Amino acid sequence: MNLKTMKRSTKSNLITFGIVICFYILVQILSAAGLLTNSFSGQLVPICTYVILAISLNLTVGILGELSLGHAGFMSVGAFSGTLLWVTIGSSMPKPLALLLAFVVGGLVAGLFGFLVGVPVLRLSGDYLAIVTLAFGEIIKNVMNACYLGVDANGLHFSLKDSSSLGMTDGKVLINGAQGITGITKASNFTLGTVLVILTLLVVLNLVNSRAGRAITSIRDNEIAARSVGIPITKYKLMAFVTSAVFAGIAGVLYSLNYSSLVAKKFDYNTSILILVFVVLGGIGNLRGSVIAAAILTVLPELLRSMNDYRMLIYAIVLIVVMIFNQSPQMIDLRNKLTARFRKGNSSAKGNQKKGVA
Amino acid sequence: MKKIVSSVLAASMVLSLAACGSTATTSESGAASSEATSTASSSAATGESAGSGSYTGTPIKIGGIGPVTGAAAVYGNAVKNAEELAVKEINAANGSDVFEWQFEDDENDAEKSVNAYNTLKDWGMQVLAGPVTTTPSVAVAAETVNDNMFMLTPSASSLSVILNDTNDESTARGNVFQVCFTDPNQGVASADYIADNGLPTKIGVIYDSSDAYSSGIFEKFKAEAETKGLEIVAAEAFTADNKADLSTQLAKCQEAGAELVFLPIYYQEASQILIAADKIGYDPEFFGCDGMDGILSIEGFDTSLAEGLMLLTPFAADAQDEKTQAFVSAYEAAYGETPNQFAADAYDVIYSIYQAVLAGGVNGDMDASEICDALKTQFTSMTFDGLTGTGMTWDASGAISKNPKAVVIKDGAYAAM
Repeated sequence: MNLKTMKRSTKSNLITFGIVICFYILVQILSAAGLLTNSFSGQLVPICTYVILAISLNLTVGILGELSLGHAGFMSVGAFSGTLLWVTIGSSMPKPLALLLAFVVGGLVAGLFGFLVGVPVLRLSGDYLAIVTLAFGEIIKNVMNACYLGVDANGLHFSLKDSSSLGMTDGKVLINGAQGITGITKASNFTLGTVLVILTLLVVLNLVNSRAGRAITSIRDNEIAARSVGIPITKYKLMAFVTSAVFAGIAGVLYSLNYSSLVAKKFDYNTSILILVFVVLGGIGNLRGSVIAAAILTVLPELLRSMNDYRMLIYAIVLIVVMIFNQSPQMIDLRNKLTARFRKGNSSAKGNQKKGVA
Repeated sequence: MKKIVSSVLAASMVLSLAACGSTATTSESGAASSEATSTASSSAATGESAGSGSYTGTPIKIGGIGPVTGAAAVYGNAVKNAEELAVKEINAANGSDVFEWQFEDDENDAEKSVNAYNTLKDWGMQVLAGPVTTTPSVAVAAETVNDNMFMLTPSASSLSVILNDTNDESTARGNVFQVCFTDPNQGVASADYIADNGLPTKIGVIYDSSDAYSSGIFEKFKAEAETKGLEIVAAEAFTADNKADLSTQLAKCQEAGAELVFLPIYYQEASQILIAADKIGYDPEFFGCDGMDGILSIEGFDTSLAEGLMLLTPFAADAQDEKTQAFVSAYEAAYGETPNQFAADAYDVIYSIYQAVLAGGVNGDMDASEICDALKTQFTSMTFDGLTGTGMTWDASGAISKNPKAVVIKDGAYAAM
């Protein structure tokens, strides 16, 4: 292929994949050379998780133009269903197959919930999705906190009260309310995480650059105009939202299989907002930005550990500074002036690319 | 669209700033900690049998993990302060440094806790004294098994911290030990105590179903109560999101005719329940667990309401024995507040490790795995006398065996029962 004749979007996509693959190779080299700190290598899987979450949320927020405040809720249902499958059947079949099943089930269940939430809400225009997803996240957290599930010779037992009312004499409690699922065999690693990041990017970038993707962005830009040319609004909205939920579920499974225990409390409002912060700081609608922002902002609090008590204060200041740098009109002017002299050659590429798709 | 996003972000930033409020106390204690050194030498007499200069060699690196920011910061700070105090006392008494100590924040979150653990490993930690809370401890414990790192938690009381499968004793991790009672142990001990001491047998329970500690105790309490012939007439739950008003739960206990209300919860919520009970003129016996410790030090709480409250706790700050007195005065001088049971547990953590280090001939030149094996042998065979009990022993699973002490609040102070 010739680089000159290549479509701009293809080139941009290749750069995004290149960044992910280069990062992977770099980490592998450093790890082989023994240069990675424990602290950093422990964060590789969370980084992959948050990157997937940021990409998938950007599909809803940036490409579809709807606000979702319950992304952690989809992560939660995906994590619990996938992990449940992993702890029950993980030992009775080959590991790769069980792992694949766990991810597929986690994604499907999250997608199903995305569908159920989306069907009534996405028919409306306005900010209703934000309200409903916010409620959804809280509902899931509280239901999973009160959910007791056990298995014995008689089959599955379920209770919303306490584990003794499961009525089991022996057998195993799978989900123990607020204590969640414990004793998970760890299965996530950086390679698996990178594969999933690339898979997410492949699906989302292809969707965005496809005919469906153009329909979705047209809904974002002007819903009435899109309706007038015969685009089925609800169908395309659902397509984007459910895809986004599926990948949130997959990220949830990746996350939970990285730790020995899984509790519902983790997937609260704060986690949803954290993912939204990645999307906003990376640039709404800019998928490559999401990848970079998620990775940097996950590592940042750990790098700031030496600041002790001022850690979170500095983190907040960094967020504000980045926000101003990215979005303030004066800053954008200043940046354009500074970069103008470097890119005189290709004046077509300059300008305000905020809405540009990576 | 962008306006909504920015307003939501602004709102959440305000929320997170509000959460930061609790960190203010940390910086204060940081300033106060310099005083700790001066008081440490005077209170060094509290140290165990160790004489001066009995440890020579490279200092052993001890790491601590706990929430020093966020909602659970009160526990993390207590542990952090007490560990710092104990390390300073031991080092001062020994003449040369026995321990190097570093503490990392985990915000009561499993992910952050594992990050903190990895950070401490980069620092060269050889023994882990933490984490403080249950959920992070379960996640970190699984990591320590892979590294064969000795872990002694002051206050993570769930069985899932020391066992891989909570239903099976034989799945013990082996390298993880607890200083606090396990949750089942507390639930069983509470039920036994109520049954054996002629307390009312019609029992109401109010517990936090969203909290692993509280629901864990309740689960075992319920099972033991049945075998002991206690009648649980009402079991009412609340969650962390829904605890602004607990009078409904209390009213249900009253309706059901409960003569004793068991509160396996932390003291903040318990104080609300006591206030609500006073308002509706309901006066049952109240019985709590170790999380109740601290109720007398709540600001603005009328301690006369807590009169007659019984609690099962391993530590009471106004106990008259010499050890407790010395610890409390040193802690108050250094950090300006009365230590709670978390602090006492953490203090015992450091001193029990010290005792095992001396007895096992451990020194800082060994790697973490060798130290772990040596400490494991010591912990399963030694007897330790600390603040939270005398004659403490550990079994191979890592669970502690010590006598639960029941105290009753009389005239605004703890009194033995």
